[in-house]
Amino acid sequence: MTETVLSLDHVSYTVDDLSIIKDMSGTIEQGKITAFVGPSGAGKSTLFRLLNQLKTHTKGTITFNKEDVLTIDPMMLRKKIGIVLQEGVMTPGTVYDNLALPRQLHDQTLSEEEALSFLDKVGLEARFLKTKAKELSGGQKQKVSIARTLVNQPDILLMDEITSSLDQVSTQAIETLIKKVNKDDHQTILWITHNIDQAKRLSDNTWVLIDGECRYQGPTDKLNEATDQTVIDFLEGGDES
Amino acid sequence: MTYFTLSLTLLFVLIPLLLAYFLKLGIEKDILVATVRSVIQLLIVGYLLQFIFDQDSPIFMILMVGLIIFAATHNARQKGVNYKGITWKLILTYVTIEVLTQAILIGLNITPATPQYVIPISGMVVGNAMVLSILFLNRLTSEVEDKQSEIELILSLGGSTKQAIHRQLITSIKASTVPTIEKQKTMGLVQLPGMMSGQIIAGADPIQAVQFQLLILFILLTTAILTSIMLGFLSYPTLFTEQMQLKQTFK
Repeated sequence: MTETVLSLDHVSYTVDDLSIIKDMSGTIEQGKITAFVGPSGAGKSTLFRLLNQLKTHTKGTITFNKEDVLTIDPMMLRKKIGIVLQEGVMTPGTVYDNLALPRQLHDQTLSEEEALSFLDKVGLEARFLKTKAKELSGGQKQKVSIARTLVNQPDILLMDEITSSLDQVSTQAIETLIKKVNKDDHQTILWITHNIDQAKRLSDNTWVLIDGECRYQGPTDKLNEATDQTVIDFLEGGDES
Repeated sequence: MTYFTLSLTLLFVLIPLLLAYFLKLGIEKDILVATVRSVIQLLIVGYLLQFIFDQDSPIFMILMVGLIIFAATHNARQKGVNYKGITWKLILTYVTIEVLTQAILIGLNITPATPQYVIPISGMVVGNAMVLSILFLNRLTSEVEDKQSEIELILSLGGSTKQAIHRQLITSIKASTVPTIEKQKTMGLVQLPGMMSGQIIAGADPIQAVQFQLLILFILLTTAILTSIMLGFLSYPTLFTEQMQLKQTFK
């Protein structure tokens, strides 16, 4: 039986009387890829920020390995639930500086050999190690972002629409990478995408978020059997953004 | 200088006023308000200082320094509305700088503990600290607004709030202290400092005037660095929640 690593119990998030996440419940299984799809403004990115406590939910409970996330030290939690942010943000310096950052934050070092193995994991050649991070292409930045998050060896990897601004070749490369990381390391991956076909290609499970509510949650291959009319409308709408 | 002579200096107000009027610059009212305010404020300060000097009492001297700190805080706090408790943080910064400066000056017998020395030096020190804190708060606010994804990145990788804001703090400290340091580099070449010029005009020995000016410059250098660093370390925690998240006001 698959183990639950993350669960949400009636979670809501409200800011200035605006409900962004509404009474959301569900579970995430260990070692699976779970896609989060839905139109813009559905609350997908906010949900990810709640999961690793870059924001705090206003109602309900989020548990990570059966422990309430609010009782876990935020610095520790964010190491365990790593997030790759949408913009592929790079800090000033080289690719190595970016890869070493997670270790530096905890007064540790990253050897060049380790850095190269992380680059290799995300399919970047060794020559990129000393390249200035700002000189990388969008796809390369996203790959370095993924590698940088993996340096922390997170139990869960959250990826926030990391392919939305990439071309087809880069998108395919990232998709292959996600599959590889999931297969090789049995890494639990949650990722946001606008693209339903992409979700179908890659994920074991899918959550469909519409207007802050989770309207479908289950195996991706049964997505077409969804009975909720808003989900059917969204699926028919295709690559809505 | 007699009041008649002083009144003749109003010609220097009349020139920009006439130019503004004929060129329709629309700043005539501002010129008049600035002139009237500066005359009233400086005359009040002049009589107040005369009164304090006549009393020769440390209580009036301390009250005057307190008034300077209050006025500086009132002015600077408007730039720090996003920072919780900014009023007390500014007061603490100004008081620390003032106490440190006077402790060195009086403690090492560099200047006497009389109102004639303490009050003008306090005015310069706190005034400089006020300008520095406004520059610092403005820069830190815009840095946090512009670089929030970088700040969130470090938080998301398990960094502390101090690590997350470190780069923005350093940039803001550097940016706010640059004018003081740069001004000091060209001092005497581009302009003669106001206090030194005043002393020379009043008949003081130029070398002695330079010595006093150097004293003030060195104090202002300490003030600049100390204000930014102290205010930075007092302010940055208020940008984050207890759960180490960047507060919504900066998003």
